[in-house]
Amino acid sequence: MYAPEFDYHRAGSVAEAAELLSKHPDSKLLAGGHSLIPILKVRLASPSALIDIGRIDSLRGISSDGGTIRIGSLTTHAELASSEVLNVAATALSEAAGMIGDPAVRNRGTIGGNVAHADPASDLPAVLACLGAEFVISGPEGERTVGASDFFEGLMTTAVGEQDILTRIEVPASGPGEGSAYAKFAHPASRYAVIGAAARIASSGGTCTGASVALGGLVPAPVRAGAVEQALVGGPLTEESIAAASSAVADGLDDDEVLGDVYASAGYRKAVAHIWVRRAITAAAGRSG
Amino acid sequence: MSASTFGSGIRRREDPRLITGSAAYTDDIVLPGTLHAAMLRSPYAHARINGIDTSAASEASGVVAVYTHADTVDEIAPAPCAWLLPNSGLTIAEYHCVAKDTVRYVGDIVAVVVAESCSQAYDALDLIDVDYEPLDAVIAPKAAAAEDAPQLHDEIKGNQAFHWTVTGGGDIDEAFGAADVVVKETIVQQRLIPNAMEPRAALARYVQATGELTLWNTTQNPHIVRFLCSLVNGVPEDKLRVIAPEVGGGFGSKIAVYPADFITVFCSKKLGVPVKWVETRSENYQATTHGRDHVQEIEMAATSDGRITGLRATVHAGMGAYLSTAAPGIPTILHGLMLSGVYDIPAIHEDVYGIYTNTTPVEAYRGAGRPEATFMVERLVDLLASRLGLDPAEVRRRNFIPKFDDGHDVVTGLTYDSGDYDGALTKLLGKAGYEGLRAEQAAAREKGRHIGLGLSTYVEICGLGPSQVAGAIGFQGGLWESAILRFHPSGKVNVMIGASPHGQGEETTFAQIVAGELGVSPEDVKVIHGDTESTPMGWGTYGSRTTAVGGAALALAARKIRDKAKIIAAHLLEAAVEDMEYEDGNFFVKGSPDTGKTIQDIALMANVAWNMPEGVEAGLEATSFYDPPNFVFPYGAHLAVVEVDSETGNVELKRYIAVDDCGPQINPVIVEGQVHGGIVQGIGQAMWEEGVYDEDGQLLTGTMLDYALPRADRLPDIEVHSTVTPSPHHPLGVKGIGEAGTIASTAAVYNAVIDALQPLGVASVNMPLTPERVWRSIQESQGRN
Amino acid sequence: MKIPVSITINGRRYDRNVAPRLLLVHFIRDVLGLTGTKVGCDTSQCGACTVLLDGVSAKACTCLAVQADGTSITTIEGLAGDDGLHPLQESFWNKHGLQCGFCTPGMIMASHELLRCNPDPSAEEIRHGLEGNLCRCTGYQNIVRAVQDAAAGGSQ
Repeated sequence: MYAPEFDYHRAGSVAEAAELLSKHPDSKLLAGGHSLIPILKVRLASPSALIDIGRIDSLRGISSDGGTIRIGSLTTHAELASSEVLNVAATALSEAAGMIGDPAVRNRGTIGGNVAHADPASDLPAVLACLGAEFVISGPEGERTVGASDFFEGLMTTAVGEQDILTRIEVPASGPGEGSAYAKFAHPASRYAVIGAAARIASSGGTCTGASVALGGLVPAPVRAGAVEQALVGGPLTEESIAAASSAVADGLDDDEVLGDVYASAGYRKAVAHIWVRRAITAAAGRSG
Repeated sequence: MSASTFGSGIRRREDPRLITGSAAYTDDIVLPGTLHAAMLRSPYAHARINGIDTSAASEASGVVAVYTHADTVDEIAPAPCAWLLPNSGLTIAEYHCVAKDTVRYVGDIVAVVVAESCSQAYDALDLIDVDYEPLDAVIAPKAAAAEDAPQLHDEIKGNQAFHWTVTGGGDIDEAFGAADVVVKETIVQQRLIPNAMEPRAALARYVQATGELTLWNTTQNPHIVRFLCSLVNGVPEDKLRVIAPEVGGGFGSKIAVYPADFITVFCSKKLGVPVKWVETRSENYQATTHGRDHVQEIEMAATSDGRITGLRATVHAGMGAYLSTAAPGIPTILHGLMLSGVYDIPAIHEDVYGIYTNTTPVEAYRGAGRPEATFMVERLVDLLASRLGLDPAEVRRRNFIPKFDDGHDVVTGLTYDSGDYDGALTKLLGKAGYEGLRAEQAAAREKGRHIGLGLSTYVEICGLGPSQVAGAIGFQGGLWESAILRFHPSGKVNVMIGASPHGQGEETTFAQIVAGELGVSPEDVKVIHGDTESTPMGWGTYGSRTTAVGGAALALAARKIRDKAKIIAAHLLEAAVEDMEYEDGNFFVKGSPDTGKTIQDIALMANVAWNMPEGVEAGLEATSFYDPPNFVFPYGAHLAVVEVDSETGNVELKRYIAVDDCGPQINPVIVEGQVHGGIVQGIGQAMWEEGVYDEDGQLLTGTMLDYALPRADRLPDIEVHSTVTPSPHHPLGVKGIGEAGTIASTAAVYNAVIDALQPLGVASVNMPLTPERVWRSIQESQGRN
Repeated sequence: MKIPVSITINGRRYDRNVAPRLLLVHFIRDVLGLTGTKVGCDTSQCGACTVLLDGVSAKACTCLAVQADGTSITTIEGLAGDDGLHPLQESFWNKHGLQCGFCTPGMIMASHELLRCNPDPSAEEIRHGLEGNLCRCTGYQNIVRAVQDAAAGGSQ
């Protein structure tokens, strides 16, 4: 497949990228290219120019001050998956990153590109929604920070505007007594999520003291499962109670919004989503002790 | 035969070039001045073309030519169907290479752009404006056969391509009337998309000054391409050279000669420069032939003690919008004649309706008709076992054809060559630990886990010829093979062979045949294939026939060499030919092996010809044509072990054990590799693969993102065993093994899943056995109870 | 628009002017004529185009040539050394880890990545590590064996 013609500009800094974006209408940012290039190849997009931000070193890397983990938007899935910091303090994120695509894809695909593309079947949006991530966006008006619920606006749309650059993502580090996990029902061909469930659980003495659960894959944009969270908090983290809480997930899903395809219908996804929710919660609870 | 060569699992001769990136596939070949063709394909499954405007495309940067039907119709004949199934009312729809006024599937070619680069050609495709008037489409074969269905071809009534029947043995209605037990099932053999890893491609170089054409083509059968291309493109066969260079898998999808191939040739003829066309993977999904697409309504009659007394079936086979090169023979000859399976079934009747639908043409796909037959029979046998409360292995045993080593007739008219079906099953059950597995299954059921065991005992027909049969069944070609074996003065050997392997490893196995027959080292034998100019005629690599038929031709050529060498040796040793003996490359006078002449000695003498026996020609070369007296019939027994998660419907394949019998194995490592790959393709049908169209005929599984191919992480270790039963009529005793795994494995996995679900009351699920399908079947069954 | 790039492939530097839309795989195959790297799909699924980009695996069909400017790439043609085949090439050969060979260059490069990250993988880890590479011929079984063999230094 051959992409349509476009111009190419390489940015050396975020400021330069911003300038290039403003100078070239209908241009698009290029990072790892793993969301954008496939779309160009099938000619579903025809930008006038690509602004390559892939060499801006300030956008790369993972750091932590103990309370907040800062992840540069160019950080690759492979880096997320192998990060010691994330493994300990945002386990669901490294776990999910390790399930994206395949090793070669993870070596090139970036967290920023992934979330800015906001494919509903992508893994990271649900995890970031679950972990309460914040998204730092550099735009013409300066820098702003957006929470996950505002960042993911809908099917393949985010708060990143045409003139904006997503520079980093901040994730609260889990503390003692907290654990997180991601459970995925992968499509056998695409490896994308048919259902993705992320959970962060805080516990004390076998009792759930805090819960955050988010779903991806079967909804246009990641959603928190409020009913599940409420059912968990204050209760014991037993097999039965987790299963019971998980079963509340379907109630929070709007039938018109649930996605289906030739492989897995909306009805099926909705009916079995609780199983992946349960698996994620169970694993997260296990890590919270 | 030398024990160290024939029968040894030596490393493949073809691998060094493949593991280093040195091999040249069609798209790797670069000729100076090559232009690139891209096909504009219909986005509609059925539409009338009211007009095409190519002016903008013609003006686009780098574009050299744009052709439509009007430009090509006088110089490209319709793409031919070459299997004219007799006594079936066969109607062949005219398949214009560039659509005339109607498109009939998504992917039908509407125009071609030739440009200086591929990207320019694709840019120009976007500039062609076609005025389509959409028409109603019909996708499912049974729906297309219905009275009020949209009609694809004006001249063909009811969308029916053919109605073929097979009837054998006793009266079928009587068999069913008298039966103690009748089991029935409707099976959908879903459409599969072959997905050879190398996309199809053609590179045509026509030299206008000489009228000579060379075509590099991703094909399983270059000689057939030459024959058909000469007819369609009007290039005389003697001036037409077809080269199948390295070919990256075919599985049936590279048998057909396609419109795009003929169009590429046309473009080169027209423009007088080389033109290359390489399909994209998306194009491959749309336009390279698909497989299967049967709806099978089947029933089996039996006695109360589980003896099969009859089998009756009605099959609607979707053929796609046009009949591909070999298509009519697949759901008929290669399917219906195999309905007796490994059993003695006294009465068989099948009606097969070949139906045109607004879909990609359907062709052979690994197994080609036999997997669909095996599935029917093996499914019915399991249903019978279930009905009678007998173990599926026991029902099979009660019906097996007893061991035979020189022919057994079945009522469909075939004579199987040799087999010991009970022997294969017995070995399988032993290797698998069947009784232990049944005990594990029972224990798991107690705990609410759903483990299933699935058997498939199969026999298949391959090694296609004989040619006389080919003629009788309407195959528009021969089914023999030929080989030339040539000794050079240094004792090195070239084999030129008409068959055209494309990944199966026959450069190695053929060298081993020569080594076994003549005592040379396989290292000293170079096998040349895939080029019509340097190889003798051959009918191609499909139907697991290359080793079975081509290998036999080669063995016979080697034996001719041996006969001639013996005469020369006798002359050199001043002995009578009758006193000569041969052993492992050495020709000697009885009792004096140390003073013999080696085949290399004789090769040198024959080539220099200083001292030849009177009346014996110089040179050491032989040509052989082998037309088999019968097909060969490999067989075996497979067992799949699965666990179903009843909560999600997910199926996990836990073990897969196979026993196959393809006669003596020339290279057991290569045989094992063929079995692995074949089994996994059949597993793919059972578990993941399905070509799905929506009701408008849009292909919903049109990329590798949507069509699930087997991946490494979803498969267990495949446990492969074998038995050895030579074919009595074959010079080497060998049978084919390329398709056996696929023919067996779909039914084994399917039977295992149904076995797992039996406590839940599930009797049937459509393939592929996706989590949702399995889950729904469980829900429905639980709802019923 | 043409962009100058300088890309080192198998130890040799290539300076070329390329169109921005040119994919790295087409740069390698069509511009440089290194046709060992294959194109098997158009959706980044099959892995036939896998190369090593600055030492780690990448799908060359999902990377623009301009993105690879300044990098060092190894393709299948560059894997063998002065002393002969790479151990993975030997193992694929010895264990019959290929049939038609079309997926093989990408499969070997992906296996290279797998062993870089995990020098002593289990069979299951190998199967998981090769999830981005499709093979239609082998059923993967002998590919798994080949990687195990290479990991064990050719002694399996």
